Amino acid sequence: MSPKTLYDKIWDAHLAHEAEDGTCLIYIDRHLVHEVTSPQAFEGLRMAGRTVRAPDKTIAVPDHNVPTTEGRENPEAMTEDSRIQVAALDKNARDFGVHYYPVSDVRQGIVHIVGPEQGWTLPGMTVVCGDSHTATHGAFGALAHGIGTSEVEHVLATQTLIQRKGKNMKVEITGKLRPGVTAKDITLSVIGETGTAGGTGYVIEYCGEAIRDLSMEGRMTVCNMAIEGGARAGLIAPDETTFEYIKGRPHTPKAGQWEQAMEWWKTLHSDDDADWDKVVTIRGEDIAPVVTWGTSPEDVLPINESVPAPESFSGGKVEAARRALDYMGLTPGQKLTDIEIDTVFIGSCTNGRIEDLRAAAEMVKGKKIAVKRAMVVPGSGLVRAQAEEEGLADIFKAAGFEWRLAGCSMCLAMNPDQLAPGERCASTSNRNFEGRQGYKGRTHLMSPAMAAAAAVTGHLTDIRDLA
Amino acid sequence: MEKFDKLSGIAAPLPLVNIDTDMIIPKQFLKTIKRSGLGVNLFDEMRYDRDGNEMPDFVLNKPAYREAQVLVTGENFGCGSSREHAPWALADFGIKAIISTSFADIFYNNCFKNGILPIVLPQEQVDVLMSDAEKGANARMEIDLEAQTVTTSDGEVFGFEVDPHRKHCLINGLDDIGLTLEKAAAIDSFEARAAAERPWV
Ligand code: SF4
Repeated sequence: MSPKTLYDKIWDAHLAHEAEDGTCLIYIDRHLVHEVTSPQAFEGLRMAGRTVRAPDKTIAVPDHNVPTTEGRENPEAMTEDSRIQVAALDKNARDFGVHYYPVSDVRQGIVHIVGPEQGWTLPGMTVVCGDSHTATHGAFGALAHGIGTSEVEHVLATQTLIQRKGKNMKVEITGKLRPGVTAKDITLSVIGETGTAGGTGYVIEYCGEAIRDLSMEGRMTVCNMAIEGGARAGLIAPDETTFEYIKGRPHTPKAGQWEQAMEWWKTLHSDDDADWDKVVTIRGEDIAPVVTWGTSPEDVLPINESVPAPESFSGGKVEAARRALDYMGLTPGQKLTDIEIDTVFIGSCTNGRIEDLRAAAEMVKGKKIAVKRAMVVPGSGLVRAQAEEEGLADIFKAAGFEWRLAGCSMCLAMNPDQLAPGERCASTSNRNFEGRQGYKGRTHLMSPAMAAAAAVTGHLTDIRDLA
Repeated sequence: MEKFDKLSGIAAPLPLVNIDTDMIIPKQFLKTIKRSGLGVNLFDEMRYDRDGNEMPDFVLNKPAYREAQVLVTGENFGCGSSREHAPWALADFGIKAIISTSFADIFYNNCFKNGILPIVLPQEQVDVLMSDAEKGANARMEIDLEAQTVTTSDGEVFGFEVDPHRKHCLINGLDDIGLTLEKAAAIDSFEARAAAERPWV
């Protein structure tokens, strides 16, 4: 048998049909659904008199525009259009009989945090969602990617997706990370290296010692941003860390089937002599704590450097950098650590898990915030409950952080959590696009520890200086 | 879905790289539960000031380009969120084809589901088409999907690649779901096989 990559193996195991022209039907094991990209899909089903083919493989949760403040079950807490969207998901979930976690359920949260937490995401699966950060689930060795609403409708109706196979790209992070360097720094540094289109057409497999050493939380952070590097999906081969994490979760295989599953899961790795269409290698020791300075996730630099000059780039990037600096209100040569911050946002499907909150709390402990506002938005109700139990919530509150309910919140600012024009934010989310966190809002992406450090110093900060 | 075969239309130049879906249709317009009516908010934050007045410098606000059907743009167009609202807004405005050196994957896919043809060409050719588009309303660009060609107003012809299945669906305005449901037997037998091999799924 010819050698295969992990992606090849999962692909082959899900190929339901291949047409003569090479168009494939890939079977989907898990379909995650949220309120923003699904109403038109369910509407399409109704209009065509179709049903959901596999409701037991479909999981719905509202997250994108739910308020994250107390009392949100009250319909008055939402604007009318948000309310309509959430009500539509409520109705669709019930009418079509899919699994559902409403806002009143403690298990509710960001769809990419809820899936793994409940054990819906397992190695070797195909996972899709009408959301580009579905790549997150690749941390389990699942082939996971975002789809558009027409495809959501297609999966609902057929439990398959029309696909062409992507190319294989290997991103290897060798050796050990230095102190203060986290999974977020890895994933941002990779994008800094390859650019936001570097992974277009590829499925990335992350490997190497530094990746192996990461916890599941860290691996999810890495895979989450595969899409920001242009790749549809990011993958990490499952190992003991993975199996340890999924064991005993509500929807993982139980006695009897567990052994059978493990037998297959252990075959889920790229063969030694597999072919790669592209290989990127980065030394773990070379990665520094990084922040973004511009309006694209590829605009990334180590925190101890300075804002670059547009002329230092080439091609269309010169103009893009000029526009970005203008938008961000920065001058070339300015030290990144001199940039003052108004707001700090800790949360999102990139960094809203318990380990992220622990890392942030560690920085904040016994200190006060030096910014106008700072908020922690846990990724799920269960993350929130655990953080309260561990005393993290008290640390944040004592420091002056707002302690919110679970949701996407200021990651995309569809709910009331938004930046004002010109307001500058240190954010643990994944996109620093113009207007992403609010009209004319300015976003710097970084790790939870770096965002927390900025909260207590009032400016971008090298956490290595605080230690 | 609307069919696409041939088009002769005005092309608008938008020479920015990394135009993301937040720029194409900002999130405040994602709260709709409909597909239609998003065209007025296409490129909202570049097109209007805070009071909702048109910004005269933005290309689609210029008299020459208000009826544009083609966009010629920089690399990595449509990156970011998976929102299909982006192609819905483009289609609702009247855009039928987009030309760039590269597109983000999900956006590229979404275009075909909404009757929009995304065309990938090498940088030199995109540069030629960009200059052609800059000539304004008199310069009509021709796109022939059957022949897989783009023709400039000066008659220069460039060939492009497109996936045969997508081409077929676009030319005939076919609905993917209907086509897939014809293969229900294959899906049934896959499901039966998978249930035996991976019963925990
Ligand atoms: S947290 Fe942000 S990136 Fe993640 S699903 Fe929500 S909006 Fe998307």
